[in-house]
Amino acid sequence: MLAFLPATSAFASSPTNIFDPAATPARSIFSLSMLVLSVTLAIFLIVGGLLFYAMVRFRNRPNDSEHEPAQIYGSNQIELSWTVIPILIVVMLFLSTTRVILETEAAPRPASAVDVTVIGHQFWWEYRYPKLGVVTANELHIPISDPKNPTPTYLEMSSADTDHSFWVPRLAGKTDLIPNRITTMWIDPPQAGLYLGQCAQYCGAQHAKMLLRVYAQTPEDFAAWVKQQQQPARDDLSGNALAGEGRTVFLHNACINCHTVSGTAATGRFGPDLTHLASRDTIASGPVQNTPANLRQWIADPNVMKPGSLMPSMHLNDHELDAITAYLDTLH
Amino acid sequence: MATATSRLEAIDQTPPATEPPRQSVMHEWITTVDHKKIGIMYIVYALLFLVVAGFEAVLMRIQLLVPNNHFVSPQVFNRLFTMHGTTMVFFVGIPILFGFGNYLIPLMIGARDMAFPRLNAFSFWISAFGGVLLYLSYFAGSGLYGAGSAPDVGWFAYAPLTAKVFSPGHSTDYWTLGVLLSGVGTTGTAVNIVATTICMRCKGMTLTRMPLLVWLFLVVSCMVFVAVSPLTAAQVMLCIDRYLGGHFFDTQAGGSAVLWMHFFWIFGHPEVYILVLPAFAFINEIVPVFSRKAIFGYPAMVAASVGIGFVSLSVWAHHMFTVGMGPAGNTFFVFSTMVVSVPTGIKVFNWLATIWGGKVVYKVPMMFAAGFLFQFLIAGLTGIMLSAAPFDWQLSASYFVVAHFHYVLVGAILFSIFGAFYYWYPKMTGRMMSEKLGQWHFWLFLIGFHLTFDFMHVPGLLGMPRRIYTYEAGRGWEMWNMIVGIGALIQAIGMLIFVYNLINSYFRGEEAGPDPWDAWTLEWATSSPPPAYNFAVEPTVNSRRPLWDLKHPEDPDSSFE
Amino acid sequence: MMQTTAIPVHSNPEAEWALPNRGIVGMWCLISAEAAIFLIFVVAYLFYIGKSLSGPTPAQVLELPIFGTICLLSSSLTVHAAVSALRKGNGRRCSLALALTVLLGTIFLVTTALEWRHLIYDAGLTIKANLFGTTYYSLVGLHASHVIVGLILLLAALLFCLGGKVTEAHSERLEALSLYWHFVDGVWVVVFTVVYVLGR
Repeated sequence: MLAFLPATSAFASSPTNIFDPAATPARSIFSLSMLVLSVTLAIFLIVGGLLFYAMVRFRNRPNDSEHEPAQIYGSNQIELSWTVIPILIVVMLFLSTTRVILETEAAPRPASAVDVTVIGHQFWWEYRYPKLGVVTANELHIPISDPKNPTPTYLEMSSADTDHSFWVPRLAGKTDLIPNRITTMWIDPPQAGLYLGQCAQYCGAQHAKMLLRVYAQTPEDFAAWVKQQQQPARDDLSGNALAGEGRTVFLHNACINCHTVSGTAATGRFGPDLTHLASRDTIASGPVQNTPANLRQWIADPNVMKPGSLMPSMHLNDHELDAITAYLDTLH
Repeated sequence: MATATSRLEAIDQTPPATEPPRQSVMHEWITTVDHKKIGIMYIVYALLFLVVAGFEAVLMRIQLLVPNNHFVSPQVFNRLFTMHGTTMVFFVGIPILFGFGNYLIPLMIGARDMAFPRLNAFSFWISAFGGVLLYLSYFAGSGLYGAGSAPDVGWFAYAPLTAKVFSPGHSTDYWTLGVLLSGVGTTGTAVNIVATTICMRCKGMTLTRMPLLVWLFLVVSCMVFVAVSPLTAAQVMLCIDRYLGGHFFDTQAGGSAVLWMHFFWIFGHPEVYILVLPAFAFINEIVPVFSRKAIFGYPAMVAASVGIGFVSLSVWAHHMFTVGMGPAGNTFFVFSTMVVSVPTGIKVFNWLATIWGGKVVYKVPMMFAAGFLFQFLIAGLTGIMLSAAPFDWQLSASYFVVAHFHYVLVGAILFSIFGAFYYWYPKMTGRMMSEKLGQWHFWLFLIGFHLTFDFMHVPGLLGMPRRIYTYEAGRGWEMWNMIVGIGALIQAIGMLIFVYNLINSYFRGEEAGPDPWDAWTLEWATSSPPPAYNFAVEPTVNSRRPLWDLKHPEDPDSSFE
Repeated sequence: MMQTTAIPVHSNPEAEWALPNRGIVGMWCLISAEAAIFLIFVVAYLFYIGKSLSGPTPAQVLELPIFGTICLLSSSLTVHAAVSALRKGNGRRCSLALALTVLLGTIFLVTTALEWRHLIYDAGLTIKANLFGTTYYSLVGLHASHVIVGLILLLAALLFCLGGKVTEAHSERLEALSLYWHFVDGVWVVVFTVVYVLGR
């Protein structure tokens, strides 16, 4: 059973398979796991095999004599041998494990690493790139890392409320986000692509839909993305009357208490930064595709799509909803 | 001597008087201080909660059968997993194991009752009250279908989710108080077990002649003192935070969420050993009797049990490998966790050696013991996988861990408990359980168990975290969740057969007599059920298996010990 | 189906089968459980030293409670004297020693209460004030509650003794109670060291 697990997993072609590593931390873990699985499989076959054999071979058969079997009370040599051998196995596993711990946690940090500050919220992810002046939410963009010239991304993490955990299985093991505490991890996928995961520490009602999307991009694509994210929101909406109206609705409602749109009076930090909302593939931290219809439904009442979400319904009328959606759609 | 015994037996066999009893049955049970009745009350109470918590599990599995299901709301689901875990640990595991301990320990050491009978009764009733209080939460708040105000913070209630700001309302308080009361009861019972074991053994029963079951409960009780108190302390701190404005776990005031984790797991890890050691205890009694051989390596088994007790106090932060303790912290806990596998392995090898060369009789208790042996081996091996911290960085808080600990709790502990039921039910009631129904129970439950918990490892490996009320399609988790759900339903059927067997056998089971299994420890020297005073005259023993010595005067254990 | 197997009963006057007293063993068990609870509160106190974000600090507001400590620790001597007296059958001396123990313990509680009044009203240190306030009142309060329980039990013992109901045969029970009292005093030594010596 233990052996076919990796095999089955491979068949599953899951985007979050821990046995399909796509970055160095996940790869180190994968090698260690293969060692541990082999050792445990061997133990299972030997001990399980002996157990099975004993259970079958020594069963009481109907035509057996009535005498009780020989009473054996113990043997010091046998006890010693099956104490020493496990100790040796433990030492071996312990040393291999320690090596991987140091490889990951005490790895020297190259100067060209990209720094991202991650803040966990109920139920979304805040990403800040301090050296690049970028603030975004829910979709993490990082550059790929060439093994010959590494540019890993270092995540410095904490939480604004309860405990969370950042788990993108193909990139690395998970690390928790804990309020009043800073934890760190790093990832360095060499291949561009979208890597999926989700929050892995129960954080309240909508823990299940606090999804993770990590976009690993080529250096050119990443630079372009950064440039775009650094711009404030477009000021001139004269070509789009509905959007202009929507901006007014947005700025006159409680939206600005929670959300930031750079270049406007909205500077709230309780909810995600919306400056470049329209550039994201999903909303609500992953479970909902970013289409105008979905966005409109979300604003009308977030609790329909994500019951227990902390964003309240603003009780806008149909026209206001149309206008605000049109406005948010301009926030590329 | 013999005359005294036979005179007392004659008295014992006198038919009851024709006048009606002075106490009603209900009054007798509520006011009893007899360890046997208290033990049975613990067991029945735990069985009721086992069925309820099992039902909670079935509801969760139905919700997770397919992605984006709408069987229950997220709020109800979050309450279900919290209640399921809290109930199973505190109101099923602990009471059922201490119930068996309560019943058996005085009998096995030739005593007439526990050291403190009134404390015994008090411990039961306060635990029972804790459970009732916890379940009243379902009817509070907005009522049952929104699942009331039942706790929804997970069974380990991590801070600061439990702070008043993130958990307004009383759901956390029901958890805190219900569990705190059960902790008081558990500590009381542990005091009783230690005092009874140290101070009330019959003549000739030195510590090295006690049945292994008694040794294991002694170790467990000592662990209770050291392990349950930290939880009690942490819960008092939580109450101070929630009601007196304290800041123990208030991260906004500089408090530490990790401190709660340390305190909880300093309790939580030894707790699971407190649950598993009694399971070992039952196996230590069942396997020798059904293999027709003395346990192999009694002194090694005692040393291993004590060793497990000690080492298990030092492994707790393997539940915290992902919080950033740093390489030194992580490495230490990897080491201690791997070390605890050594004495645990020794026990498995000694069981193997007991069976080896024996004449194994596969009656239902032994079938469950066989299931235990394989399943505990596998559970231990997945535990070793989790002890390798980097591997744990992937597996922690995923369905792999859920599968691992259910493998221990259900595959090992519950199977051992089932074995204990079939083995000691005749002693407690005077009737045998149906062997045929027992086999149906065993095979159905075995198949259901493996369908659910073998395959549950896979979603964990494929990235599925725990405690989620639904999941995205396209992650490769659908098929496995479906299989897990089907296994749950099969286990439920097995459970129903078991409960039916328990009830039906009470009225229609074959009469058992004092010693239906041809066993060797003192409880089998009394009638079934035993009289209120257990033993007419305090026995004297000369070896670990007093009844073996009597049945085999030509080859007594006392010549070898 | 076998009859109840007759267990042999040997009357063997030479072999002495004496096991410890269950009250004393039970009390040691209780003490270990309570010690574990106190340990967690002590760990929390130590962990949070210097971490308060605001509010009064230990150095600013705490003074060594010398008098109360002397009274409490002396009460260990008096309770020990009570047990010795009872063992020798001297009920009157036992009553006197118990009364002294209760008196000394009560003085300790009074000094604690006065100290708390000063801290709350004059220094502004409450359980809500900061981490120091929370951990201080919890730890010292937990100890004080154990003192109160001990005093109630000692008072009961004193009343029974004065009523002439306590004899030599009860000396192991009184010893169990005195063990609890020694434990309470022992905890105070730890609390004193951690809070008033190390923490300041």
